Amino acid sequence: MTLPIAPKPALRRFHQASWDEPVIFELSTPGERGVLVTPIEPGVRDAVGDVVSDLPAGLRRDVPPALPEMGQQRVLKHYLRLSQENLGADLNVDIGQGTCTMKYSPKINDQLIGVPQLTAMHPLQDPADAQGVLEITWNLERMLAEISGMDEVSLHTQGGSAAIWANVAMIRAYHEANGEGEQRREVITTIFSHPSNAAAAKAAGYDVITIFPDAEGYPDLAALKAALSPRTAAIMVTNPEDTGIYNPAIREWVDAAHRVGALASYDQANANGILGITRARDAGFDVCHFNLHKTFSTPHACGGPGAGANAVSAALAPFLPGPRVVREVDASGEVRFDVREAGPQSIGAVAPFHGVVPNIVRAYSWIMALGAEGLLAAAEIAVLNNNYLLKKVTDIPGASAPYAEGRRRIEQVRYSWQELFEETGISSEEIGVRLSDFGMHYWTSHHPYVVPQPFTLEPTESYSMAEIDEYVAALAEVAREARETPEVVRTAPHNQTVHHTHHDDLDDPERWAITWRAYRRKYFGESPARRAAQRLESTAATASESAA
Amino acid sequence: MLALVVNPVAGVGGPAGLAGSDGAAVQVEAAERGARPQAGERARVALEVVAAHLRRSSSADGVDASRDRARVAGRPGTALRAASTGRLPVVLTAAGAMGEDAVRAAGLEPRVVYRPSVADHATSAAATTAADTTAAVRALVDAGATLVLFAGGDGTARDVAAGLSEAGRGTATGSSADGRNGSGGTSVPHADVVVDDSGMSPRSSYRASVPTAWGGRPGAVAVAALGIPAGVKMYSPVFAVSPRAAGALAAAWSAASGSDGALPVQEREVLDIDEAAMRRARVEPRLYGTMPVPYRAGRTQSRKAATPVTEQAAVAGAARGAAMAMRPGIRYLLGPGGTMAELARELGVAKTPLGVDVVLDGRVVRAGASEHELVDEISRGPAKAVVSVIGGQGFLLGRGNQQLSARVLRLLDDDPLMVVAPEQKLIDLGGRPLLVDTGDPLVDARLAGFARVITGPSTTSLYPVHAPDAEPSEP
Repeated sequence: MTLPIAPKPALRRFHQASWDEPVIFELSTPGERGVLVTPIEPGVRDAVGDVVSDLPAGLRRDVPPALPEMGQQRVLKHYLRLSQENLGADLNVDIGQGTCTMKYSPKINDQLIGVPQLTAMHPLQDPADAQGVLEITWNLERMLAEISGMDEVSLHTQGGSAAIWANVAMIRAYHEANGEGEQRREVITTIFSHPSNAAAAKAAGYDVITIFPDAEGYPDLAALKAALSPRTAAIMVTNPEDTGIYNPAIREWVDAAHRVGALASYDQANANGILGITRARDAGFDVCHFNLHKTFSTPHACGGPGAGANAVSAALAPFLPGPRVVREVDASGEVRFDVREAGPQSIGAVAPFHGVVPNIVRAYSWIMALGAEGLLAAAEIAVLNNNYLLKKVTDIPGASAPYAEGRRRIEQVRYSWQELFEETGISSEEIGVRLSDFGMHYWTSHHPYVVPQPFTLEPTESYSMAEIDEYVAALAEVAREARETPEVVRTAPHNQTVHHTHHDDLDDPERWAITWRAYRRKYFGESPARRAAQRLESTAATASESAA
Repeated sequence: MLALVVNPVAGVGGPAGLAGSDGAAVQVEAAERGARPQAGERARVALEVVAAHLRRSSSADGVDASRDRARVAGRPGTALRAASTGRLPVVLTAAGAMGEDAVRAAGLEPRVVYRPSVADHATSAAATTAADTTAAVRALVDAGATLVLFAGGDGTARDVAAGLSEAGRGTATGSSADGRNGSGGTSVPHADVVVDDSGMSPRSSYRASVPTAWGGRPGAVAVAALGIPAGVKMYSPVFAVSPRAAGALAAAWSAASGSDGALPVQEREVLDIDEAAMRRARVEPRLYGTMPVPYRAGRTQSRKAATPVTEQAAVAGAARGAAMAMRPGIRYLLGPGGTMAELARELGVAKTPLGVDVVLDGRVVRAGASEHELVDEISRGPAKAVVSVIGGQGFLLGRGNQQLSARVLRLLDDDPLMVVAPEQKLIDLGGRPLLVDTGDPLVDARLAGFARVITGPSTTSLYPVHAPDAEPSEP
């Protein structure tokens, strides 16, 4: 028997929750507590003494910190209300944040990292008591070496840009070790590579040269050759680029860099469209990195902690960041895992300890669940979804996909509303704000906007055809509104927690207040010294009451 | 206060295939070919956006926030309905087809502060002249305009710049005022240098809120201008991308002026081409001055990206990168343009706005140098020409900086140019190459290839440079 299926409305009705919720500091009630700590027993106090006075004077507070004083239930309500005012990845059709690879993070992996055997671990624990998790870390490094084709991997870094920083730091260390550190002062990247490559290279002291696309929309090989010289330390590129265009001459790029003695670094933060299809090492790259929180399904966790993985050829292995997990086999053949500090040529620690263990376990679990064939299938479905979406979006009047026109894309596309903008004056940013009225996330582009009026979509393998259709229907509806009722778009959002605001103040640092203290100071003229004095008086009063 | 001036004959030459509308003969020919003016219509479209916005703001005044929220709560598609207040917002303008008609058609109240010299202005649009545009702008500014919207093309932009300049609010080489509206420039000597005698740092203009002073005349009130695209040629980056976009920007300007904020403005180049030359298949845009143009920064924050730098910050970054790349003992020949002015500020030296100044070891050794004087400077020691990207055409040489001639460039070494521009200027070329046209195919060919454009401290972009005249022509 076939059950009737209710037709899904093309446009979902939605309104975000809106709680008139104060800032947590305003909810404070003096004396209210979440946990009442039992008084110290006299015997213990006599034996230990005043531990606070043993601390160095510079580490001791003169006055208590200005923390809100609240009971547990009130804290819980406060944050639950705030969470309802968010559009989380598990709540919306989250394909609008292209380049981020917002794939589904399976809940079973969250359960695995919630087991006491893991939550009770500490990074400084004796490795003898942590063999299981160290083995998982080591195994994941080997898997990523296989996926990239590289010789060695370090899971030490704690985010994508941290991993890119490690890439450029290794490049610098390699050239310095070869006596070419002073000579090689330039790093070459492309305008559609992730901007963290240029940023990290600049932070490492390099002069950065950016290559624009050629007439076909591909990275310009002739420009690269003109830029390369004995001064070049490395090329640092993303491929496919942020446009979703795969550089068909990538091997020539790498070879050209090698011919002048430069290294080739591959930003594979998002390798979602090429898993099991191409490998960094097979194109000749010396260095690459992955973001576990993109390609390997671990949550982005509101901007952190992510987890990076740096993979290198044997020549660069001594420079990998650490500490790292090592596998040792003793004379009797017994295998033991240990944590080893970074070696003498290593760039050292980029972050504390040997990796973000919860994300390492999640990524390991995800890869083990899929297997090699499953990884390939994930990439193929992601590319298929993306090209289905490409067709649907470019069918909307006013939308286009500039560069390499008519060609298929890999895992994402940077689209343009330029035509719609010229017709209606409605910008891509305004469309993005309006799209939140449909309960959907939307992102334009990194800056600068090379594609005019940009928007970047990436459906990954996680979304169904129905969900992609729903997203496209919302986009088409907003495009229609831009033509027929532009004021609706211009004054959006209407169904969100916060209504239309003007953002021009964000250009003015004098009006910013990014902490509670700054807000009190800038808008109420409150001085930190006076508040501290008030707290001191209040604490003294409470102490005298207690004594009484 | 918002103001509008329309060049009634702008754009008539476009549909007629006349590559422009400058000059009486062309306008007559266009009319004979059946061309109809569209500038007034485009101005109306822009002002309707402003009108909708003004009505909505006035209706929203005093509305209780909770009622507002309740009204729009519910479902996607719920619109804020504009309510008429019965009182029409006022726009300063010129009589008849020069603005009054468009203001009225958009449902706003015109306050006419200028009438064209011809008596029958309301019906005889073609009889208005470039001098009318310039005079109208001057009258609008005197009447208290803070943003002058103008509908037209590059020729109109020149006339507006001239009007602002005459009113003490801009740098321009003067209006052509040679006849019919739309300029043309043939009868006007191409003045290369206009010295800003205000003594004020033009930097103050970039955050100019309405009540603050802006360069040109000390104590002058800020006046910005914005083009409603309605001409045939629009090489100057002073136009909005569409009439509606111009209206949205003007509405934002009005809203910001009413609050304690203000839209930022940026000095943009006013370019125009010699239409007679273009009809002979030569495109030669020339730099005629600059005018302050408002712009809006991104309205929303991107989660993964920091606040985009403002255009002005990007220009300042490029200038700082160039200053860092300068070496002692080298004479730097600083060309014209906004980026070069910023570089001069970074170096702490005075800059001739539209001229070439020679800087050696942080000091100006020759201001407003002619080609002959540049040759003399080069003979004294190593030198390098410092240039930026002129307007949307992408010219590095041959437009507005003709003092940096083929003769000058031949005397420089193998790497004669330091190119400085914010990355956005390259992006705005939309994939088109940078261009050089010194008049000497051999020099141009030497400069063609790729230029390393300084876009910031320690950052450059490698960008292709073409030399149209050095390449073999199509068979």
